[in-house]
Amino acid sequence: MTTTTRPAVHKRGTTDRIKKNLVSGKLAAVLLLLPPALIVFSLFVILPLVDAAYYSGFSWNGYGAPSDFVGMQNYARLLDHSVFHTALWNTAKLIIVSIVIQMPIALGLALLVYKKTPTNTLFRLVFFLPYILAEVAAGLIWSFVFDGDYGITASIFQSLGQESVYVLSDSQWAFPAIMTVIVWKYFGFHMMIYIAALQGVPKDLIEAAKLEGAKTRQIALFIQIPMIKHALVVSGFFAIIGSLQIFDIIIPMTNGGPSNSTHTIVTYLYTFGLSRLNIGFGSAAAVVLFVLAIGIAFFYQRATGKENKA
Amino acid sequence: MYAQNNKRLAMPAFEKQITKRLWAKSCLVAAVALASGLGSFAAAADTTVKLLRVEISDAEKQYYDNIVAEYEANNPGVDVVFEYIANEAYKTRLPTLLQSDQRPDIFYSWGGEGLRDQVEAGFVRDITAEMQDGWQDIYPASAVSAFTLNDQVYGAPLYATVVGLWVNTALTEQAGVELESLNTWDGLKEAVTALRANDITPMVVGGKDGWPIHFYWGSLATRMAGGEGIDAAKQGESSGFEEDAFVRAGELLQSLVALDPFQSGFMATTYERASAMFGDGEAAMHLMGDWDYIPSKERSATGEGVPDENLEFVPFPSVEGGAGNDNSFGGMNGFAVTKDASDEAVDFLKFLLNEENQREAARLGIFVTVAHGSEEELQTPYAKKVASILSESSHHQVFLDQALGTSVGATINDISGDLALGVITPEDAAAQVEEAWQFR
Repeated sequence: MTTTTRPAVHKRGTTDRIKKNLVSGKLAAVLLLLPPALIVFSLFVILPLVDAAYYSGFSWNGYGAPSDFVGMQNYARLLDHSVFHTALWNTAKLIIVSIVIQMPIALGLALLVYKKTPTNTLFRLVFFLPYILAEVAAGLIWSFVFDGDYGITASIFQSLGQESVYVLSDSQWAFPAIMTVIVWKYFGFHMMIYIAALQGVPKDLIEAAKLEGAKTRQIALFIQIPMIKHALVVSGFFAIIGSLQIFDIIIPMTNGGPSNSTHTIVTYLYTFGLSRLNIGFGSAAAVVLFVLAIGIAFFYQRATGKENKA
Repeated sequence: MYAQNNKRLAMPAFEKQITKRLWAKSCLVAAVALASGLGSFAAAADTTVKLLRVEISDAEKQYYDNIVAEYEANNPGVDVVFEYIANEAYKTRLPTLLQSDQRPDIFYSWGGEGLRDQVEAGFVRDITAEMQDGWQDIYPASAVSAFTLNDQVYGAPLYATVVGLWVNTALTEQAGVELESLNTWDGLKEAVTALRANDITPMVVGGKDGWPIHFYWGSLATRMAGGEGIDAAKQGESSGFEEDAFVRAGELLQSLVALDPFQSGFMATTYERASAMFGDGEAAMHLMGDWDYIPSKERSATGEGVPDENLEFVPFPSVEGGAGNDNSFGGMNGFAVTKDASDEAVDFLKFLLNEENQREAARLGIFVTVAHGSEEELQTPYAKKVASILSESSHHQVFLDQALGTSVGATINDISGDLALGVITPEDAAAQVEEAWQFR
């Protein structure tokens, strides 16, 4: 704006600022410290992204340079593929479950164990354990739990005199089972975020409320939860982005099956793009995933940002 | 162990690189420096042949080690190095490896469309001249044809596998099922019904892995269409993979599935687990490759598996009206040579796959060899059976999930599982295969 009315002054202002920065060493610091980060970022984030977008225009099996340009055909096939629709819907289900079931559980437990006592420390550790476990290991363990012959579910059914259910080979039950495992795996992480935030809630507020005769439930609802809203926003963000990225629990549990009914966007990308050597097609899926992630992140930030101001 | 192997490799590879670069510059001084720097070691091995193979048993590794030792003793200038990568990783890493400087000189191959992709991208050396110079005469024509594309030969066979029914005769006898009745599809279905009536699980299948269940659709498609019909579908003749024969394969599979032949929850069972279950005598039959003989015993709870006197291996039943009843279905595995590989690499491959070494492998019972005459050395009745199935077969159809390439193959695995679960129709299944073939 200023450039149109007073260009000369603005220019001098800029040069002055540069000079000042030169003397203070700020510019030197920028020139010295920015390139490494910028280069690493472009090399490992921007460049692969551009590459993926480029490859997505080709029918390419990974051999030699891509040469068979097919335009938007990969995207058309992707959007037309029923398994991709299932994958999108499954990913949406994961987001919903994370927010509607996982986060409230985490919050409830955080409210129970946030105070620093030895018993609470023990419980916190127990609740946090699933998160420490490697995803693949967790997936494998649960695939044994759900095993229809020797698993825990099998013995429960058998002890009830029922015929045992093969949870992971049943397209009705396989995905709910995966969602259960994901809730179990990540609630501890969200709980930790809430605990950290709850410990920062001023004690005098809670004591004042107690003196006024507020019950524990009221304190939680009207003081603690509003006071840790920022933590809820952050954990919600992690829950959504995390759901978009779920991969390594599903592969050992169901490998996307039965009948390709338990794919998420990432396992879909891996199965139909990478392991089938349809690199162009996989790249198209990757681009869609990226756009979704960016889009959701952007709208989430905007929505929660506005709420905070209001 | 793998890491150790790598360390052992690092040195010669490095050396080869240096040697090459120096030759290119024809820099005598540096060459002298290199020779003195690396000493006698450099003189002992100036060509390295690097061979990449899917991870295998220790017995087979020992077999290769012996061959390499013998070859190196006769060819002092050549250093042969074997490297191993686990099966799934091998498939996904090979494209990258072939395009890098680290490309092996010789790599393991299943032939088929996978090899075609590699040939078309220009990564494979044409060995037609060497093969036609007497080399190919030691193998049956069907073995060579698995590595022949457009009349050029791009690989040589190592061993063959055949898919058939492993039968626990103790259990079939219990249900009054005669072994001969398994020769026909209808007989197999009657056997399944009889076994079910006797509370015996008729068959185990590792549905979770996909490929074991593709053996059903693949074998049936081979029976119905025959090798020629499959080739015609690949060429896009009439309606390709939507031809009646392929739809019929799906219908036949569903007619079997209707009899509830498999163990409960078969889509959550891996191949390894199914193999162990058969070894434990939990089911009467297992449609699997001949290679499952030892693994099934090793995986069983006792380690003994089904005792040999109760164990039979029979070919896939014939189907009425099928064009491919005299075909066999299985694998033809071998090696291909990469472009720019040295002549020593081809020479070593020729040595590795010669009749004497094939006979030795047969003697050791490592796999069912392909070279003429080597079948005489096969020890177990099962291996002999496989050799006889192969020699009687008019066409050996390579697994459809490999012969048709990675992408179409994965689709076939998917539709086979879907048909077994009854979630798609045989027509849909055939249409999906055709669509995948069009989009490959």
